[in-house]
Amino acid sequence: MADTTNPNPNPINNISAYYQTRAAHHGVVTSDWLAQAQAAPFSVIEEFNNWRKQPDLAEAVAAIRALASVIRSSDANTIAELQSELKSASDSLKSWDRTSISLTAGCDLFMRYITRTSAFEYEDFNSAKSRFLERAEKFGEISYKARKIIAMLGQDFIFNGCTILVHGFSRVVLEILKAAAESRKVFRVLCTEGRPDRTGLRFANELAKVDVPVKLLIDSAVAYSMDEVDMVFVGADGVVESGGIINMMGTYQIALVAKTMGKPVYVAAESYKFARLYPLDQKDMVPAARPIDFGVPIPSKVEVETSARDYTPPQYLTLLFTDLGVLTPSVVSDELIQLYL
Amino acid sequence: MESRPPRTAAFVPKVRQVGFFASLDHCHLDTVSPSSLLPRSPVMIYPTRHGPCTSEKAGEQSIESQDASGANSKQPLKEKTSKAERRALQEAQRAAKAAAKGGNGTANMKTGKANSVQKKDTASIAATSEKRQVDHKDKDRKKDVPHPRMQFDDATRVEKAKKRAIVKQTEVRNRVELFRHLPQYEHGTKLPHLEFKFFHLNSNSVHPAVYKVGLRYLAGDISGGNARCIAMLQAFQESIMEYSAPPEKALNRDLTAKINSYVSFLIECRPLSISMGNAIKFVKTQIANLPLTLSESEAKKNLVSEIDRFINEKIILADKVIVRYAVTKVRDGDVLLTYGSSSAVEMIFLHAHELGKRFRVVIVDSRPKLEGRLLLRRLVGKGISCTYVHINATSYIMHEVTRVFLGASSVLANGTVYSRVGTACVAMVANACGVPVIVCCEAYKFHERVQLDSICCNELGDPDAISKVHGREEVNHLKDIADNENLQLLNLTYDVTPSDYVSMIVTDYGMIPPTSVPVIVRELRKEQIWSA
Repeated sequence: MADTTNPNPNPINNISAYYQTRAAHHGVVTSDWLAQAQAAPFSVIEEFNNWRKQPDLAEAVAAIRALASVIRSSDANTIAELQSELKSASDSLKSWDRTSISLTAGCDLFMRYITRTSAFEYEDFNSAKSRFLERAEKFGEISYKARKIIAMLGQDFIFNGCTILVHGFSRVVLEILKAAAESRKVFRVLCTEGRPDRTGLRFANELAKVDVPVKLLIDSAVAYSMDEVDMVFVGADGVVESGGIINMMGTYQIALVAKTMGKPVYVAAESYKFARLYPLDQKDMVPAARPIDFGVPIPSKVEVETSARDYTPPQYLTLLFTDLGVLTPSVVSDELIQLYL
Repeated sequence: MESRPPRTAAFVPKVRQVGFFASLDHCHLDTVSPSSLLPRSPVMIYPTRHGPCTSEKAGEQSIESQDASGANSKQPLKEKTSKAERRALQEAQRAAKAAAKGGNGTANMKTGKANSVQKKDTASIAATSEKRQVDHKDKDRKKDVPHPRMQFDDATRVEKAKKRAIVKQTEVRNRVELFRHLPQYEHGTKLPHLEFKFFHLNSNSVHPAVYKVGLRYLAGDISGGNARCIAMLQAFQESIMEYSAPPEKALNRDLTAKINSYVSFLIECRPLSISMGNAIKFVKTQIANLPLTLSESEAKKNLVSEIDRFINEKIILADKVIVRYAVTKVRDGDVLLTYGSSSAVEMIFLHAHELGKRFRVVIVDSRPKLEGRLLLRRLVGKGISCTYVHINATSYIMHEVTRVFLGASSVLANGTVYSRVGTACVAMVANACGVPVIVCCEAYKFHERVQLDSICCNELGDPDAISKVHGREEVNHLKDIADNENLQLLNLTYDVTPSDYVSMIVTDYGMIPPTSVPVIVRELRKEQIWSA
């Protein structure tokens, strides 16, 4: 969309930074743009990237930490000034990578917090500032806790002897499965390969470490093995207003197959991934492209679909596990309205 | 489209067991008139026209009214006492249930229905003690229950209403049985009379500004939810400005009564839309919440500015916000379809055009109003490429459409969209073809009521409009049988679109799924309390 104005330091043209980082974290595909970004003078984006380098830190948390550093280095004297400074910082962050939903959602969430609290209370500027900082620091903790809460809620749905199909590498789903394994539940996991990032390989690897029986599938074997599956677990890059999710490519077709065969589809997502977006169809999103390695050179006449994610409409999802509780898809919009109204 | 339970279901014992029909079986059976024992035809057309129990609507409601009217005419007084007792018991149970449910939509609706029946009962019960008892209960509930609508097949109440009426209307003779509870009048009979009366107004009756608006509703000059609402509010403003409280009365009491009389006048001209109902509720709360310390002129000024604020914030600004949201869903190369003529949708198209988006518009229209032509004219005038089809061609044209934008008269709590008749059909076809349906509706038009079909609440238009084709006298095939009893013309004005066919509702609060309508309704109510 606004790629011409986008100061994305990506070496490869038109590639979603969000998926690039994920790929970098997963250690299968590497890129050198992080090093480039570090050389730049201080900016909120650089700060954000520094935080983002930690694989265990969620993108939204990194965004909020970056905004916190804006507050710290700001020489504003009034809340209004600080707000406008933060606004421009969050806008530049958001425009830096439009493809990342949790970045946008994280920025919005923090801005919402700032405007709300400063509207309510009329204390002096410095204590307000320190409270914002405290909040930002705490947010990392909150997000960490959110994952624990979701794991606790989600593992109840896993029963002994069940088979779970997992798609994509989701830290929350991993947490749920680990929690279930710790509570001595016996279950089996089917992992899709997750081309082209091969996220499934890494996920299977993690599960094998905690002695959960895992089977790897190629992405096209989902319908073939849906028979033996009892439930589908997926994470989400973003949960949108309709209650649907935006997630790694392939989630939609898995959800379709699961719905057809009457298997429940469970989504695990922290509430900071709730975004004020409402895609009407697959193409109604900011496109997030990523490189795909086919192993052989592709003739230039052949077009390649490089989109990294798809949108799963709410009617194909059964439940969402969030830190707000176990929700039906329609509740997402209620929560969002209450948050942003 | 509406899936109603089969009529016979009303007589399945299981249905009677639930809710407030629990122990009424026997008296119901006692009082069933012969007509209800006749074999039920699917369309429910009865031979008798004004029997004691002609009101036949879906499911429970039929029992309700039969029970009510039957009890009124035939049951001895003693029986009534016990009935009232029983009812009191049920009331208590239901109240407890409603409390447990936290006053959600269904509970509300149920009590609302009960209330209406009760009212019918109390109207004719002679024993005053009982009446008082029930009245008291009524008062308790009035706060959270919507006012029961006038049922026009209730002969006694219609008579009463007629006595009060300023507008003398002639009723249409051949009415469709299923829609007897709705008012339907001969068009064109009342206007000259009213126009004549305009010059004989005395100070006690309707304010000239309100009178003028009423006449314009009647003549069809003002149509469209927003236009009607704004016209009404402005008339109220004018009347408030010229109002002065009588010396021995409090301003807010007297003014509320005045507004009530205006509203009933407007209803006589044309049934209120839901949006107007909400606006009236707003005006009344503002009047009721006026601080007593204000002087009359201050209070009046206050009210006028509050109404101004309502018009600006809830209607004009809301539309701008809706346009801003909805325009993001228009992409280059889109083919957008709309039905009829909605002001919000028109603004969206125009704004998207101003932004330089390249798209094509398909306007679907239908007889008899053909409102789409005006929209077509305006859009073509702005240089937008348009296709104009009638509703018969919807399924043909839908394959090339990428988005459907619809306006709405109201959105109800279950996500049902109440809109111009034909909307449901368009939405259904779009859904079948996998085209997203976007409904644009300002939040002030949302209503907490739930409606499952378009029968129980609707508006009937001029039946002649569908039997004749304007400007083509030679196709007037129904001319000589217009008075035939077997010919019943039905010109519905609205229909309901189930939420399944709606992908998204665009309101001033953002883009929401139809399941989130109750949240907005709740927030709106909160807001009203806060602003009070």
